[in-house]
Amino acid sequence: MRRPDFVTDQKLESPELVFFCRKQPKWRIPKRAESSMVEANQGTGFQILEREDFSDVTYSLVIRHPMMARAARPGQFVIVMSHETGERIPLTIADFDRDGGTVTLVVQAVGKTTKEMQQTCKAGTSLYGLVGPMGLPSQLTGKKKVVCVGGGLGVAPIFPQARGFKQNGAYVIGILGFRTKNLIFWQDKFEACCDEVILCTDDGSAGIKGFVSDGIKLAMGKHRDIDEVVAIGPPVMMKACVETTRPSAIKTLVSLNPIMVDGTGMCGGCRVKVGDEVKFACVDGPDFDGHKVDFDDLTKRLRRFAEEEKAAMERWSETCRMRSLVGAGAPAAAAIAQT
Amino acid sequence: MAKKKTIRTIPQQRTPVREQDPAERAKNFAEVNCGYTEQEALREADRCLICPDPGCVAGCPVNIDIPRFIEAISAKNFRGAYDVISHSNLLAAVCGRVCPQETQCEGVCVVGESLEPVAIGRLERWVGDRAIAERWANVPYAEPNGFRIGVVGSGPSSMACAADMAKAGCDVTVYEAFQEPGGVLKYGIPDFRLPNTVVDAEIENLRKLGVKFECNTLVGRLFTIEQMIDELGFDAVFVGTGAGYPSMLGIPGDSLNGVLSANELLTRCNLMVARDFPNHDTPVPLGRKVSVVGAGNTAMDAMRVCLRLGAEKVQCIYRRTEAECPARAEEVHHAKEEGIEFHWLTHPVEILDDGKGNVRAMRCIRMELGAPDESGRRRPVPVPGSEFEVETDEVVFAIGTNANPIIGQTSRLKLNKRGYIDVDADLATSMAGVYAGGDIVTGAATVIEAMGAGRRAARSMKQYLRIRDRDVALSSVATPVAARMFGIDLRERNFARIRVA
Repeated sequence: MRRPDFVTDQKLESPELVFFCRKQPKWRIPKRAESSMVEANQGTGFQILEREDFSDVTYSLVIRHPMMARAARPGQFVIVMSHETGERIPLTIADFDRDGGTVTLVVQAVGKTTKEMQQTCKAGTSLYGLVGPMGLPSQLTGKKKVVCVGGGLGVAPIFPQARGFKQNGAYVIGILGFRTKNLIFWQDKFEACCDEVILCTDDGSAGIKGFVSDGIKLAMGKHRDIDEVVAIGPPVMMKACVETTRPSAIKTLVSLNPIMVDGTGMCGGCRVKVGDEVKFACVDGPDFDGHKVDFDDLTKRLRRFAEEEKAAMERWSETCRMRSLVGAGAPAAAAIAQT
Repeated sequence: MAKKKTIRTIPQQRTPVREQDPAERAKNFAEVNCGYTEQEALREADRCLICPDPGCVAGCPVNIDIPRFIEAISAKNFRGAYDVISHSNLLAAVCGRVCPQETQCEGVCVVGESLEPVAIGRLERWVGDRAIAERWANVPYAEPNGFRIGVVGSGPSSMACAADMAKAGCDVTVYEAFQEPGGVLKYGIPDFRLPNTVVDAEIENLRKLGVKFECNTLVGRLFTIEQMIDELGFDAVFVGTGAGYPSMLGIPGDSLNGVLSANELLTRCNLMVARDFPNHDTPVPLGRKVSVVGAGNTAMDAMRVCLRLGAEKVQCIYRRTEAECPARAEEVHHAKEEGIEFHWLTHPVEILDDGKGNVRAMRCIRMELGAPDESGRRRPVPVPGSEFEVETDEVVFAIGTNANPIIGQTSRLKLNKRGYIDVDADLATSMAGVYAGGDIVTGAATVIEAMGAGRRAARSMKQYLRIRDRDVALSSVATPVAARMFGIDLRERNFARIRVA
């Protein structure tokens, strides 16, 4: 027993001398628990409040989860399961609204699950599973000048970090890279929270023509006192960023998104090589020192299920095609039945 | 009662249990062990001597009153048998299947001294299955006492703790990070050993007790243990997060595609139902020739899962001999029957790639046993120059796990050197009101040991909250009058002593 308030004199051990008084249990009204999460988990799933399409492949989902909105920190991610037989996919938190109780995810339709979500996830529907925030939050304090680099879909997860740096008093340079003009999103959000924004497109249709690494070179030329570069995007892009900053030894963080199952450090599927060590991106990351990350290993491990992904994709496209055929055939069949 | 049974009058042979044919079962995920029929259960129950001083009860980590439930079976009072078991153990159907009975209750069975011991596990399972089939549930009336208990994780230790606290009248909420409750019983133990439907039935019983399950909740990150006590209004918290952080061997080539942890393989296959890909979206790597490193129960599960997924050949690579292998004898026997090859005294040195990032082969070295190490087992020593190549295209590591770091990262709980939560004899952690048990305290162990820890933690929690422990108060073991005051047992230890002025 760990109750120092009842320590008595040794002499009083004999029952005759001690008056035993049964202490009443502490009757009290329990403090109200956060009811929001209870409501979110009552089997109804996690409600999608808004959806916005940035292009024909990227879309954002605003999901109601007040508790997560409160807990989320820049740099963390969630695992989403769209339906009961779906797979668990990691997605970085692109934004959170603590007052409104929502988190925002930006998704690119590349595989079966994300394409299916593009069709099924609409405002008013709900996700079967949403767990997080996972991973270690990014270190945002103590920096004077930082460069936040987002490439393609990586623009979304870098946003909370850029905003976080700004709130902590840093001078923030945002570098956004897209393939072409139509794919640009959230430029306004970055302009609101960054001191400088450099926009790059591969084909030069907006901003400067070139990759984000060219943007970093531009920023490095202009500012000699950059404390840190944070880069999020596809592995090739992050590798290019890391190689750009390596000669001047500017600390460069990258956020890795390998294949995961649980996201809680249990399966080891997300292991990455950082320097001489093997780290689990889900619990030791997702942010790592980019100069130490073995990107070739990461790229190779991301292709682990290439064949299965292809098979799932083909099968799904086929069922979609069949369904559209049946859908188109139904009115015709009804018309025949009427005559 | 009939004539007293003696070792000579009871059936001499242990009643065998029907099993699926090895060739047949290696292709399906249906249960291997079909369980007893009523006749078989009655015959086996007849073998128990109902000894007055049973060793089996003490041998059981949760102290099930084994002779009483077997007696009830013999009397065809099956509901009564379930009542006896469910008094100490809510998960009869689970424990009857996965407990290592040969080292626990059956290991100390008196009958076992001259004959084969009574098949206590199979009888327990039979009672548990019957309870599920007949939808029996023992929901004792408990006066709500206003205390709120938070339980982190929904594995066996958490389930045992939640059940005990709910029975004492507490309002219990269990948090689980996965989308379904059950912990290792769901993601780890495959269906052919413990069907997920059995786990679901047992969880349903907990729900009937009033336990609430909240899935998709990662404690530590969504809210911390400190917040549970301070903000969410929990009076006590039990942490049973398990030891899932798989070890890799750290040899060259272990980041190749086709190399994975047993945890990943089993989670994909069991919880995410990857065996039904593409109807379920989660894929699982399929090898033709699979090598599993390690020889514990997890390794056996991983090998047998691979076989059922369609591997042509599955081999076990273990650095010691069969005598030292930590898996249950029954599991090794089943694995052998199904055609798994065992390479004892073999250790991997390097995994070789095929030039495309996949596994081509594994280079191994022969071992021999040297002097005993601190675990008492003889330490394997490599034989120089004995390296050889094993052809394989998938390597699964089942060489143990480390402590999960999330609770350590996010709370001020004191951890030990190996990263597990430090607890005292009462399973109390360094934080008042927070208790821990199961694999997160001991490192990887068995389901029943975790359940035993959960129950012990519940007992400590009741003392901390000063709830009368009915198990102690109503126990049949007589307490001397001097140790009782006003009918309250000293062992309850929930008195406040005051000195009369």
